[in-house]
Amino acid sequence: MCGIAGLFIKDKALEPKLGEYLAKMTSTLCSRGPDSAGFAIYGSGQEGKTKVTIAGPTEAYDIASAAQKLVQAIDKTAKIARRYSHAVITFKSADVPHAVAWLGEHIPDVTVMSEGQRLEIYKEVGYPDDVAQEFEIAKMAGTHGISHTRMATESAVTTNGAHPFSTGADQCLVHNGSLSNHASLRRELRRDGIKIKTENDSEVAAGYLTRQMHNGQSLGEALNASLNDLDGFFTFVVGTETGFGVLRDPIACKPAVMAETDQYVAFASEYKSLTCLPGIKGARIWEPKPATVYFWEHN
Amino acid sequence: MPAVDLSKTSLRDLNLALHRLAKDTNETLWTITNPGGEHSIAAGVDVPVTINIDGNVGYYCGGMNQDAKIIIDGSAGQGVGENMMSGLIHVKGDASQSAGATGRGGLLIVDGNASARCGISMKGVDIVVKGDIGHLSAFMGQNGRLVVFGEAGEALGDSIYEARIYVRGPVASLGADCIEKEMRDEHKAELIELLKVSGEALKVDVAEFRRYGSARKLYNFNIDNLGAY
Repeated sequence: MCGIAGLFIKDKALEPKLGEYLAKMTSTLCSRGPDSAGFAIYGSGQEGKTKVTIAGPTEAYDIASAAQKLVQAIDKTAKIARRYSHAVITFKSADVPHAVAWLGEHIPDVTVMSEGQRLEIYKEVGYPDDVAQEFEIAKMAGTHGISHTRMATESAVTTNGAHPFSTGADQCLVHNGSLSNHASLRRELRRDGIKIKTENDSEVAAGYLTRQMHNGQSLGEALNASLNDLDGFFTFVVGTETGFGVLRDPIACKPAVMAETDQYVAFASEYKSLTCLPGIKGARIWEPKPATVYFWEHN
Repeated sequence: MPAVDLSKTSLRDLNLALHRLAKDTNETLWTITNPGGEHSIAAGVDVPVTINIDGNVGYYCGGMNQDAKIIIDGSAGQGVGENMMSGLIHVKGDASQSAGATGRGGLLIVDGNASARCGISMKGVDIVVKGDIGHLSAFMGQNGRLVVFGEAGEALGDSIYEARIYVRGPVASLGADCIEKEMRDEHKAELIELLKVSGEALKVDVAEFRRYGSARKLYNFNIDNLGAY
């Protein structure tokens, strides 16, 4: 099972309602993934600044103290915004490598969920409607967002095992399916210096894309390469600073339906997740083809 | 003439009401509004009634259908008409994966496209798709007819038994043990019949269709065929 929803807004008038629509779409996918949920939101950003979203190993973890310590060590003027079990810290972009390294060394329990000028990732164990409410997703504005509801198959139900996974600055991935060669690929990626925290197969897919892009491939090329290197079944939805993309494995056993109007492009695991969107009755509705990379971008 | 608004009535109540109908019911015309992509709408109906659905439906709409005529004025999710036994299901939009899967009888019409695995393991159902079909369609099809006005995706009729396939457009590739076969008069005649019941008899020329079916080499395991698996 697992459920995915994605919304890419074309009409700026809808941007204040991104979170509201994404939360509604995700709500219809609770039965597909009742274990955990996660949201990637592409909101506002400032030139020269990078948002680092951090979380502890469980929702009870004292993330506020960890964020304070990090800011004290790196830059006392950096702004902290706490949201439920996560904290978003806005650093000067040049400070980010130092901040991430400092965290790894001094507070290794804490995971960097995302880093980027605009991306924030919020994910937690629990029923998806509850997770969305705790993070107040419905109040968030943005240009595009992706969400995931998880029914765990390959690894434990933990905060770090939930989706989306970060694949690089302003990039993320969600996955519906399961990979068979994740153990061997994880070893290979670790040898290549990619940090992988969990036994989760989807984190390996995210790490794979990160490595391919480090090696000079574009996101589209990396997704195409994954068709040869990943063994298993998958529907991926990926987010970048300016757009989002979709890829299904060559057998396409995991569901995917898309809708496009003048106002938005939307992705969902089931049609009923799309029914809350404005003008859906007149939308172009189709199923993405197997082994075909789809991508939408803001200019 | 019952009218059911699924934004007000629960899906379970609707299906319960349909399942309680007697064979000789006088409530023979049902209208369902606001289906909202819900799953299993009008699944398991076994009486000769007409059910008009105004909008898009989710998975398994009309599954196991016997005798009912179900018309969907919208698109259908996975497994529309799954294991249908008889009757008619007419999708006016597109159908998702596994349309008519394992169907034993009756007629499934899709005015738009059907995606992957259309008619997978079909066992006697007739399926007419007026657009294209996706990959692995009629996989292990045992009986019945699949008619496609448009194109067929990869691995059409993989490991097929005795289902018969008629495609008008190009076929991306044929699956294991599926071959093109001669279009004899008896095949043209059965295709004309299928076009007639789909309301397309005078609009489409049977001469434009090609026939595909089993080479009958994979029926029993034969070590010489290992390469074909």
